[in-house]
Amino acid sequence: MSEPSGATVLASESPLQRERAITIFEKGVPGRSAFVCPEMDVPRVDPLELLPPRLRRERPARLPQVSEPEIVRHYVRLSKRNFDLDSGFYPLGSCTMKHNPRLHERVAALPGHSRLHPLQEPADSQGALRLMWSLQEALGEISGLPHVCLQPSAGSHGELAGVLLTRAYHEDRDQQRRKVLTPDTSHGTNPATVTMAGLEVVKLATDEHGGIDIDDLRAKADETVACLMLTNPNTLGIFDRNIAQIAEIVHGAGAILYYDGANLNAIMGFSRPGDMGFDIVHFNLHKSFTQPHGGGGPGSGPIAVSDRIEPYLPVPVIAATGAGDDLVFRFEEDRPKSIGRLRGFHGNYGCFVRAYAYIRSLGADGLKDASEAAVINANYLLARLRQLGVAEHLPLAYGQLCMHEFVLSGAPMKRELQIKTLDLAKRLLDHGYHPPTVYFPLLVDEALMVEPTETETRETLDEFAQAIADILAEAAEDPRIAQTAPHTTPVRRLDEVAAAKRPVIRQQL
Amino acid sequence: MSRYTAITQADREQMLAAIGVGSAQELFEAQIPPGVRLSRALDLPDGMGEQEVYEHLKALAARNVSAEEQLSFLGAGMYDHYVPAIVDMLCERSEFLTPYTPYQPEVSQGGLQAMFEYQTAISELTGLPVSNASVYEGPSAVASAGYMAKLHNGRSRFVVSAGLHPHSLQTLRTYAHGYGAEIVEVPLRDGVTDPEAWEQAIDERTGAAFFAQPNFYGAVEDAQRLASLARGASEDASVGAAASGNGAEPARVGGHPVVIAQVDPITLGILRSPGECGVDVAVGEGQPLGGRLDFGGPSFGFFAAREEYLRRMPGRIAGETLDADGRRGFVLTLQTREQHIRRERATSNICTAQALNALAGMVYLSWLGREGIVQLGELLLARTHYARQRLCEIDGVSPMHEQPAVRELAVRLPCDVAAARRRCIERGVNPGVDVQALSGREEDEGLLLVAITERRGAADIDRLAEALHAAVAECRRAASDQGVRA
Repeated sequence: MSEPSGATVLASESPLQRERAITIFEKGVPGRSAFVCPEMDVPRVDPLELLPPRLRRERPARLPQVSEPEIVRHYVRLSKRNFDLDSGFYPLGSCTMKHNPRLHERVAALPGHSRLHPLQEPADSQGALRLMWSLQEALGEISGLPHVCLQPSAGSHGELAGVLLTRAYHEDRDQQRRKVLTPDTSHGTNPATVTMAGLEVVKLATDEHGGIDIDDLRAKADETVACLMLTNPNTLGIFDRNIAQIAEIVHGAGAILYYDGANLNAIMGFSRPGDMGFDIVHFNLHKSFTQPHGGGGPGSGPIAVSDRIEPYLPVPVIAATGAGDDLVFRFEEDRPKSIGRLRGFHGNYGCFVRAYAYIRSLGADGLKDASEAAVINANYLLARLRQLGVAEHLPLAYGQLCMHEFVLSGAPMKRELQIKTLDLAKRLLDHGYHPPTVYFPLLVDEALMVEPTETETRETLDEFAQAIADILAEAAEDPRIAQTAPHTTPVRRLDEVAAAKRPVIRQQL
Repeated sequence: MSRYTAITQADREQMLAAIGVGSAQELFEAQIPPGVRLSRALDLPDGMGEQEVYEHLKALAARNVSAEEQLSFLGAGMYDHYVPAIVDMLCERSEFLTPYTPYQPEVSQGGLQAMFEYQTAISELTGLPVSNASVYEGPSAVASAGYMAKLHNGRSRFVVSAGLHPHSLQTLRTYAHGYGAEIVEVPLRDGVTDPEAWEQAIDERTGAAFFAQPNFYGAVEDAQRLASLARGASEDASVGAAASGNGAEPARVGGHPVVIAQVDPITLGILRSPGECGVDVAVGEGQPLGGRLDFGGPSFGFFAAREEYLRRMPGRIAGETLDADGRRGFVLTLQTREQHIRRERATSNICTAQALNALAGMVYLSWLGREGIVQLGELLLARTHYARQRLCEIDGVSPMHEQPAVRELAVRLPCDVAAARRRCIERGVNPGVDVQALSGREEDEGLLLVAITERRGAADIDRLAEALHAAVAECRRAASDQGVRA
């Protein structure tokens, strides 16, 4: 990176590059403020009598001292230093970056939803409870697992719920099963969750088709195994054809089968985890059911389970009495076998409103079409890359077809063109794209994981494929351009090693 | 073709031809084996147009009674504070709303810098040097802090004040069952953690000691004393253990227990900060800082600590660095803690957190500003005092405790709380939370928890007092009538 490099292909510094990063703490002056405090309308009492000095703060919190116009300008300027889904193609594998309908933002902001207190009387929150209950019903139908709890805050939180549920299930049968099987293609959250839940990770190998190595599974599935955590289609974008056999082996060993729902967008209306033999599934509402991702959350990770897991569901659950439009809903806390509570209140309701609006907008046909289009788009992009000769340098890691995403290996590209997957990704930024996921899954050398989603046009896919082909052609001429990319972004490659070695994680004031 | 998908029938035919399959069905059947295909349509209602969905969601909203329509004193973890317009305006910007986690820092400087600023603000508020970029929300932040303590010193006994929010305590229990820790509860005395019981409960086996500031009942704890007792107790104990240990290494594995406080951020303009009090880890619910109620979420949890815990913290952390041309920039840093790098040895499983809500919190704190957070704190303190006076003038109503209270307080009613609340609600005033219904504790019978925000002025508090006065009188009359009949 220290070489002078792609400077030759560069125009001079762009306006965004010239703009130096100044934090809001470095702006403003003493005495400046946006806040006008409401009137002190109660009788004045000596504040020190109400709160003695011993309990009072000595050193003030040095928050910014800025006016409202400065705040607005500061954050609007910051926003322009972000790439976002509304601005361009974002084929980040495993993240399902599909369009976020603005209708969802509008309905979630209705005061009846957004200013509703979580401890409001059940009688005065029947709309919210009905919405949650209807969402539960829909998620149960989509997954083929009837009992749903919406509480977990994100996918990884749903996983924690799931692993705790398997523990509770086995403990209820006086079984001390400590091992959780996870394929080497699994999301990092799976093994991290297992450890947090006090169990032990055992890795499973991948076979030559990109699925679970059945022999390895047979060898490891014994009476010490609590569950197998599986994503299907997996992170290679491959639907495990042996799923029925896998379920049989896992259940035969008395273990639980857990479905990581990160890739549910591939199969809605085509196949259901419950019908595949899974006992527990988590959903990522912020993926399959399109929540704006907010630059790292909020998310929402409901779970659905089979009958035998139901007694252990987290509290509270929603109970309904009556029928049809006369259904009356309430929260139920008294569940003796429950694993307990996972967070405050009932979950990320604002996300439920959006997911519910999405499901009602699309209906059964629309959800199925979303999955169909997602799989067509992924396979078409793969076919275009082949047509353009990209596959020669970036071959598909496993199989011939894919589900909603696919994983290429940049190993030949690195060898023959002297650019790594990271260089390709960085050069894509100059072309106005967010790059795909890189270096995951770990078992693929120089992995590039592409998930276009169903909301992209064919033209976008064609242009993106062409951009990759152009970058490879450019690298054949002069690899330094990609090696030193990006050239046009507000900042260029950042020194992550220095950042981690001597962490500066707050503004010094 | 359905809503939001863009490929037409003509596109599809050509695309499928390029893929080399005859139909979409063939594409799926080539991959999904027959035994696990869904052979029927999903049993869901038909899709609807945008307008119909809007009307439907609006109708559901109309079946809720929000803080827009009712004078409400509900709190207990989430509060109806005023959210300034710029929070909505900035958070609705596509550039903040629609990106993923900033995996490509060159095109994510806006979000990363906002995280860095947020970390600075949380660090200032808590008086602790390091903060992460957010966790899910309050109670699970408490449970995550417990996990960090366990990783830090390996000890599996947690001492927990009964003043912790019931949801925090319950969530901690759920997590602790997983990662293996037992919980010892310390009772309250006069509304705050009993210092003697606290000191006695903490010994050299204690891995972490938890309390809330202000506590669930609205009382301001003597945080400094609790922290120093927690630190001192075990240090004394370990000295004793070393003395009897035949000259071997002192038995102070990892030193004193990790002192963890769940703090309400809106009170930190006036309350002594956790850092000043000797707390090691401060966590809490960020919703009061510019967050909507949203029936309980999404909001954000914050997580700040002393420097020595930095490499065991959960979640994303933004750090400052330079780019190849020497420009100041920001990246996600210390990622070797995280699940996507460290897998089963990660310090947490968290991936997606609450970046957008944390941004809202940062915008709110900029808006409130250095003086504003103090002014607001004093206003809440004065109004809460006023509410305490007005409510305790009511015949039969008494304060649960005499401790200072910043913006929430528990009072004891001389009658059934549920019945009194019902009668208040009939008068258009939701008087607050039925404590026992939330905590399940026998000793909480009769307690009503009343939250005061800056949106509740003196006149509103007067209205609450009138409604409660009438409700209590009616309940007592009804009870005595019943007594007469019996």
